Amino acid sequence: MLYLAPILPEAIVGLGAIALMMVAAFVRRGSIWTHWVAIALLLAACVALVGAPQEAGRVFGGMYAADGFAAFGKVIIFLSAAVAIVMAHNWFERDYEHGAEYPVLILLSALGAAVMVSATDLMMLYVGLELQSLSAYVLASYRRHDERSAEAGLKYFVLGGLASGILLYGISLLYGFSGTTGFTGIAVAFAGEEATSIGLTFGLVFTLAGIAFKIAAVPFHMWTPDVYEGAPTPVTAFFAAGQKVAAILLATRICLDAMAPALDAWRQIVIFAALASIILGAVAAYGQTNVKRLLAYSSINNVGFALVGLAAGGEAGAQAVLFYSAIYVVMTLGAFLCVLRMRDADGRPVESLASLSGLSQTRPALAAAIAIFMFSLAGIPPLFGFWPKLMVFNAAVDAGLQLLALAAAAATVIGAYYYLKVVKIMYFDEPAAPFLRPRSPLETGLIALAALIVSPLGYLLIGPLGRLSANAASVF
Amino acid sequence: MEGFPILTVLIAVPLLAALACLFVRAEGARWTALGATLLNLALGVLLWANYQPGGPQWQFQEEVRLGGDYLNWQLGIDGIALMLILLSVFLMPICIGASWRAIERRVPEYMAAFLLMEALMIGVFAAQDLLLFYIFFEGGLIPMYLIIGIWGGAERIKASYKFFLYTLFGSVLMLIAMLVMIGEAGTGYIPALMAYDFAPGLQTWLWLAFFASFAVKMPMWPVHTWLPDAHVQAPTAGSVILAGVLLKMGGYGFIRFSLPMFPEASNQFLPLVFILSSVAIVYTSLVALVQRDMKKLIAYSSVAHMAFVTFGLFAFNRQGIEGALIVMLSHGLVSGALFLCVGVIYDRMHTREIERYGGLANNMPGYALLFLLFTMAAVGLPGTSGFVGEFLAMMGTYAVSTWGAIFATTGIILGAAYMLYLYWRISYGAARTEEARTMPDLNRREWALLAPIAAVVLWMGIYPESFMAPMRKDVGLLLARIERAAPAGDSRPTPGNPAAAAPAHAAAAHGGAEAAH
Repeated sequence: MLYLAPILPEAIVGLGAIALMMVAAFVRRGSIWTHWVAIALLLAACVALVGAPQEAGRVFGGMYAADGFAAFGKVIIFLSAAVAIVMAHNWFERDYEHGAEYPVLILLSALGAAVMVSATDLMMLYVGLELQSLSAYVLASYRRHDERSAEAGLKYFVLGGLASGILLYGISLLYGFSGTTGFTGIAVAFAGEEATSIGLTFGLVFTLAGIAFKIAAVPFHMWTPDVYEGAPTPVTAFFAAGQKVAAILLATRICLDAMAPALDAWRQIVIFAALASIILGAVAAYGQTNVKRLLAYSSINNVGFALVGLAAGGEAGAQAVLFYSAIYVVMTLGAFLCVLRMRDADGRPVESLASLSGLSQTRPALAAAIAIFMFSLAGIPPLFGFWPKLMVFNAAVDAGLQLLALAAAAATVIGAYYYLKVVKIMYFDEPAAPFLRPRSPLETGLIALAALIVSPLGYLLIGPLGRLSANAASVF
Repeated sequence: MEGFPILTVLIAVPLLAALACLFVRAEGARWTALGATLLNLALGVLLWANYQPGGPQWQFQEEVRLGGDYLNWQLGIDGIALMLILLSVFLMPICIGASWRAIERRVPEYMAAFLLMEALMIGVFAAQDLLLFYIFFEGGLIPMYLIIGIWGGAERIKASYKFFLYTLFGSVLMLIAMLVMIGEAGTGYIPALMAYDFAPGLQTWLWLAFFASFAVKMPMWPVHTWLPDAHVQAPTAGSVILAGVLLKMGGYGFIRFSLPMFPEASNQFLPLVFILSSVAIVYTSLVALVQRDMKKLIAYSSVAHMAFVTFGLFAFNRQGIEGALIVMLSHGLVSGALFLCVGVIYDRMHTREIERYGGLANNMPGYALLFLLFTMAAVGLPGTSGFVGEFLAMMGTYAVSTWGAIFATTGIILGAAYMLYLYWRISYGAARTEEARTMPDLNRREWALLAPIAAVVLWMGIYPESFMAPMRKDVGLLLARIERAAPAGDSRPTPGNPAAAAPAHAAAAHGGAEAAH
């Protein structure tokens, strides 16, 4: 049992998922409580992170890291998975499809994501990534009778398969030229004579390209708007939050651990992806009329900022990435929870930006919450979304990348435009048809909590969250 | 006063009142806002009364550590910040009063936005932490964006975007510079940074980044174009706050950051500042001369007046800097009052076209009187606050740059031209429309708004010492700091021709003495 202690959270989630699948198969009308059990499992997994899962270090022959960095990521992943399940509760209520499979798939996807942030071996990494992705493909097409959902699933699957292929190609090159799949061994190979080897460089490029697809960084972002739009909103929220953070942290670990000696090689790639994501995420969002597509571009834009932190490298960079991810997840989940509230008088979900017109007059509290999330995503002080942006800029400046920081900061102005547009629609325009008022105190509470965290009160978190992320980043 | 966190209370009162406003109806929101702003005014007076003009440089200091490596809740003021805080708390109740009947739609949100604005403005002047300053500085964009966008005129949306994006762009560059500074000096504590000597090469870049932000905020030509739009579209009270306080943040930034932290770079870029200011004074004054929209005219005149501030500040001498500070205070009052005057007749006729008015001196004598006073103050007539500041600023400028002083004085002449022309078209002659002829004079509320400003304008014009005394020591400290980089004047005055004159004088004296014999 001691042998398994470092992976206790994963064991809880994994075994729980299998057990719930059995329940779903054999117990009729078990769907409601499987949701609650799944949430309980995820919360239990968070609690189980205390102790060995963040202190054991490298386990299983160096294939798996049970360290603070992984634990930080896992808390984010598990909590956002739990929120995704809570969100589904109301989303699927009127749908006959509201099945017990949904929480199981989320659990499996979260498990895959947890493996991703812990993996210190290319094989482990791939296994985690695929477990996470395969569940995600199914989740994206979960409303199989909805054309858009089916399209989203298919698109995601095809492009995701392609990306996995690219990643595997990169992995095989890395393995071929370094002779090992372990991160430590690869780092040794990069540090050694072979540092200039073209094979290793190619391996690095292809691996990063595969991962860039998973984090939806430009130029591998094209699937994002379609998938985010087509997938059911709770699933989209999980994609934008847990899954994305897992991929970002995976990229952080592989860059700062396996490829640490090849800093200059991957830094160029990361800088390009960061700036391209920030700018494209901002510019392409201009013409969007669908809220979910807009948030998809917003997530591309935000990934760019996280990558600025990664480009800085080192402990400070890793800390900035972690801090950024934590706050980004709060803002994103909050925004998606608000999107969930957009229902017309018959309770059908609406997603057009125009339906938000004059929301400040029909639903002032909801409008205020969305405004807080938008200003925060844009990084306008005094909202707390400003602070993680500042941290990544600071990391970049300290690493001597002042120009990158300047460019990224200037690009926030481009991005601010469309966040402002949402606020403008809600506050300046004449009211449109009012939304239905749903009764879901839990969701309301979650929105309020998220809004409170990103409000100026969030600055009280600088100390504790800063220490946690610094501690988590100290593994590099 | 010991131990009482008065600055935090000054920030907290409007914040709490803003929250309270959201939960009450229109009338309740009005009274809540008025009560809170009056309470803040009282606190402001208390602050002034307890400030020791000759005491320590930073007073009323407070500190709460937030636990991070940087960014702490550090507040504290010197005389300059004190005066600007007083300006803010003085103008706020007047703004609320000006919106009493003019705003009928979504009153609670309006009042909440204004109170939030007040809290952020006070925060800007009281912050002693670099990043805290930035947060307050930028945070002001959100309420102003909403005020222009929701309660503005027909073109409000374009104006609100322009205001927000322009200012944001300037500020993000400053943010990166701040991070560089914190990395370099290892602290974000403003008094420590004011004493830190950055390498001259680095100063150049930092200065430029700060300049990008403050020049937009100020605004200086050619990045002033957001201002006329924002002013014209904003509701009256929004214009008052914009002209009265928000523009002063640019000048405050120059005094607090650019000059003491980067003295060498300030000297290096002095020609740039003087050229931009000269162009601004002449160009915007000419533009103001041909405006048909009253608010636009006053907006352009603001740009011209702010150029006096930049002239004075970068003169590197006592007259210049004190003059610039008085211009800032005076302009805050006078342009605010002028916007209120426009608001008074706009409320009656709902047009800002100068062409539609005329002859108001006949049917609105009280209004014509006050409007005249503020017009004269804007022109810089001796006895009003405008004269003191502009005169000192030009004195200071002349000591450094003759050309600069020539352009600056041109601004006075042109300023007189466009302001008197405006006054003439509005108040004298015959009414051009029937509505203009029958407009009632100021009511009691409007008197209550304008009379206090008029009193202070005269007070500052006749006895400016009250306002200069708290700032004197701080100007002295600033001068001591920037002395090493002060430019030599280009006029190089010599003390006559004493060597040649001396013998003749002596001979004359001798001769006189002999004659006496």
